[in-house]
Amino acid sequence: MIWNTWLPLLMVASSLLPGLVIFGLAEERLRLRTALNLLGAVAKLVLVGWMLWGVYNGQHYETRLPLLPDLELVLRAGPLSLLFVTLSAVLWLLTTIYAIGYLEGSPHRSRFFGFFSLCVTATVGVAMSGNLITFLLFYELLTLSTYPLIVHRGTEEARRAGHSYLIYTLCGGATLLLGTVWLYTLTGSLEFTPRGFIHTVGEEHRLALVIIFILMIGGLGVKAALVPLHGWLPRAMVAPAPVSALLHAVAVVKAGAFGIVRVVYEVFGVERAAILGLTGPLAVVAAVTIIYGSLRALFQDDLKRRLAFSTVSQVSYIVLGVAIVGPVATIGGVVHLVHQGLMKITLFFCAGNVAETLGIHKISEMNGVGRRMPWTMAAFTVGALGMIGAPPIAGFISKWYLGQGALEVGQNWVVLVLAGSSLLNAAYFLPILHRAWFLEPPANWPHEHDFGNKETAWTLLLPPVITACLALVAGLLAAAPFSPLEWAQLISRREFYQP
Amino acid sequence: MNVAFLYTLVGVGLFCLGLYALIVQAHLLRKILAFNIMGSGIFLVLVALAKRSGNAIPDPVPHAMVITGIVVAVSATALALTLILKLTTETGKAELPDEGGE
Amino acid sequence: MRVESSTLMAAIFLDVPWAVVLILLPLAGALVCFISPAVAKSVVLLTVFANTVSVAGLAWQVMENGVYRHAVGGWGAPLGIDLYADGLSLLMLLMTALVGLAVSVYSTAYFDQPQAARFWPLWLLLLTALNALFLAADIFNIYVTLELMGLSAVALSALSGGKDALGGAMRYLLATLLGSLLFLFGVALLYHGFGSVDIIILGQRIVASPIVWAALALITAGLTLKTALFPLHFWLPPAHASAPAPVSAVLSALVVKASFYILLRLWLEFFAPLGVEDIGTLLGLLGAAAVLWGSVQALRQSRLKLLVAYSTVAQIGYLFLAFPLAVGSNVTAWNAVACLALSHALAKAAMFLVAGNLLRFGGHDRIADLDRVVQRLPLTVAAFALAGMSIMGLPPSGGFVGKWLLLEAALIQGRWDLAAVMMIGGLMAAGYVFKVLGFAFTQANIPQKSKAVPATMEWAALLLAVAAVLLGFLAVPLLALVGMGMPFGSSEVGP
Repeated sequence: MIWNTWLPLLMVASSLLPGLVIFGLAEERLRLRTALNLLGAVAKLVLVGWMLWGVYNGQHYETRLPLLPDLELVLRAGPLSLLFVTLSAVLWLLTTIYAIGYLEGSPHRSRFFGFFSLCVTATVGVAMSGNLITFLLFYELLTLSTYPLIVHRGTEEARRAGHSYLIYTLCGGATLLLGTVWLYTLTGSLEFTPRGFIHTVGEEHRLALVIIFILMIGGLGVKAALVPLHGWLPRAMVAPAPVSALLHAVAVVKAGAFGIVRVVYEVFGVERAAILGLTGPLAVVAAVTIIYGSLRALFQDDLKRRLAFSTVSQVSYIVLGVAIVGPVATIGGVVHLVHQGLMKITLFFCAGNVAETLGIHKISEMNGVGRRMPWTMAAFTVGALGMIGAPPIAGFISKWYLGQGALEVGQNWVVLVLAGSSLLNAAYFLPILHRAWFLEPPANWPHEHDFGNKETAWTLLLPPVITACLALVAGLLAAAPFSPLEWAQLISRREFYQP
Repeated sequence: MNVAFLYTLVGVGLFCLGLYALIVQAHLLRKILAFNIMGSGIFLVLVALAKRSGNAIPDPVPHAMVITGIVVAVSATALALTLILKLTTETGKAELPDEGGE
Repeated sequence: MRVESSTLMAAIFLDVPWAVVLILLPLAGALVCFISPAVAKSVVLLTVFANTVSVAGLAWQVMENGVYRHAVGGWGAPLGIDLYADGLSLLMLLMTALVGLAVSVYSTAYFDQPQAARFWPLWLLLLTALNALFLAADIFNIYVTLELMGLSAVALSALSGGKDALGGAMRYLLATLLGSLLFLFGVALLYHGFGSVDIIILGQRIVASPIVWAALALITAGLTLKTALFPLHFWLPPAHASAPAPVSAVLSALVVKASFYILLRLWLEFFAPLGVEDIGTLLGLLGAAAVLWGSVQALRQSRLKLLVAYSTVAQIGYLFLAFPLAVGSNVTAWNAVACLALSHALAKAAMFLVAGNLLRFGGHDRIADLDRVVQRLPLTVAAFALAGMSIMGLPPSGGFVGKWLLLEAALIQGRWDLAAVMMIGGLMAAGYVFKVLGFAFTQANIPQKSKAVPATMEWAALLLAVAAVLLGFLAVPLLALVGMGMPFGSSEVGP
């Protein structure tokens, strides 16, 4: 079946080819560029849908290409890959619409959208990779394609933010490479296998395995913004809002967390990792990150920086779910991949909206925004409440499963961390909501753009409203078939019981 | 101690003298002279090593190598002299210019 | 009928003595260009294109008939000159052909008339020397071609005629002549010891003795001087930085690889059977020092061409790291060298061509004053970024494949020191590549006038860089090609 072999590659190509063409377009070709962008995004969604349908009917999709004498480039459609790919495809379409509206009239859009497409190509490649070397390849490509997005504005500040980003991510990539090659010399294979593939390595290499784990988690933890490797993330906020939205919800941070999920479940195997004594320290690091991120967020006045620290904190929920060795906690961690993505992208879209429409960058300037931009702030409210963990928004579901999972395996301290984190989230989100809805707006906004009677451009308004609705629906209909939660349960079953 | 061995020793000695001069002398023309002396030393070694025992005809292959080597040395010297001439015209003295700190 | 005629054509294609063509064609071209500068441009383009076709023909010949050996004029070894082509020679010839093609196309737009008339014959002579060197089967022939290569390279370096260029060329000349003389001395001693200069025959006859040690020491010293291995690299930065851009590209990409190729071949034929782990360790140590020192120096440079030149010093160090790692019949380290050599040639040539473009654009190559070139010369900056990917060893690129294989070889043998050097080298390479790229996005402090850069120049640089990246996906067929014949594979020498 030719589709079975080439569909994964086609998925990657569906954003690569439009991206390459966009690079060559002159600045003024607005309609063509928009058309190509949307075409690529829609095509990718269609392909994702096709793949989901095929997998549901028992089809097997895998692309294998020779890369090195004994290693192949492998792209495969498994449940975890499909979860991440679907999230990426949906959010890419929405971010593309948003970016088209946001960058209206800005210079260098062809360059921007070209790298934007490359970034999504890399993310899809990360999601669909079937072995560590393919993962590594697309992971580094992700670094290279997001760098130009961060330095897009060409200011000295942007250059330094990009510089800091590179130092962190390239060092992370180097450690990941070292760990991967070392593992390859020990096991002779790098294929992702449910429940891990290191059981062939004898006891005498125990120390080597521990060090490899640390190297890999360290390398992945840079992108996943684990403390103390998170320093690049707040500084990268100098990038335009669509970039921050994509980076935080879909691409870079998620790729790091996704990688950690893959390494713990499908390289080491979570039970083996626990035997090696690795999951305990990982859980502690995750917990520290959760609390630290929330604490730093409390003291930020710049809206995007507060959201950045919130991301640092929230992504570690996924790592925490992974580090607690239990099927229920796994469900919580994996489903939070989707839920956090939906909620966080909503928040960033809204932050971009208030910055573009009213020139607001600081929280102290946000008095009464809710009256002026009700839809935007409604979406923001949904996202914020979900972050805090208020039912019935999706965030509540993830926290519930994490807590349940922790109690099930006797790690009661985790519940305290979750509760503390929720309190801190409330402490830094609720004041924003209070300001926006219940305080009097100032006489003049810092820098208002006129949109006539409308709140703001529809391209800026529609995406956050949609993602907020999705976050709500994911929580309300969590028990329905095909919800992210069901998916996460399927994945958890594969990792803990015989497939 | 036969003659061939003596020639070999002299050849090696010339090579070493030439090497010393190459490193120590600053004037470019002297460096080129040093190269030529080094080359001559090696050619001498080659010719000496061509001698076979007894009264047999010497091995012709090293002789051919020496001739080739002389041709190569002449071309190299010609290029070197041209470069020295141009360098002297540009900088006024026949020495390696200081490596500019850029 | 159709099938018959195509096999007939194939038979004719296979029968042409491509190895001889590879040497005679550029030589003839050089003479024509020297005599008649008016037609030089077309002659050169024709020649480099035919050169590429010939390499393909030779590759096909070797794949069909096994390792190729041809006695020129019917006089066989040990008196005559033999031409010899196996997988390793083909790799080098392919590298020369690809880089040569791109640089020639670039040069048609780069040089103005008086310089161009001098460039073309010298460049074709260099190409002749390179081809002849990679096809040589005996060490004296190697000496002759080595000298020819060195002299034409020196003449090319001095082409721009300024004080810096002349000084750099003079240093280069002194270093290259010294290296050749040391090599010749070694050849003389080896001939005296074993009565032949043919590589295969010597390999069969060689036994350890003080004269052999002396010869090998001299040869190694001469070749490492010519390859600019730390600490004998002092002549490279001034020469490569002050030469015109296409010349620097060829020097860094091809000329230093030629002496490395000789060292590699002699190592595999002579040294390894004698059991010389110590020299291997020494070379590895110097290679590690080269990686670290070259990268540090590159980071400190404020001019682009010097940065790229020091990067060459560092990248050559990687090639030498393979020597202590090649143990027994494990070919991983040598496969790494093949990938690294080819990808470095493509990427480094691309980088120097980029420097040439930037020089033409702004009249200078100061890194901090790259005035938003990412917008005004997007193809050039893309070329630099892609070439940088290979130099840094980031996937997907030929440099990544080489780095992976070298790391694998190091970790299998527990050489943590070398693995650490490779990782640090990669990170420092990222440092200097992104230093340039970062400044490509920002505005310069002083507004500058700029000149247009011809599309030919931009595309030549970009295509070379793309080739370096594509190499990352072509590693498997490439390594299959390299493995043919001695010394990597185990197949016997053909008739």
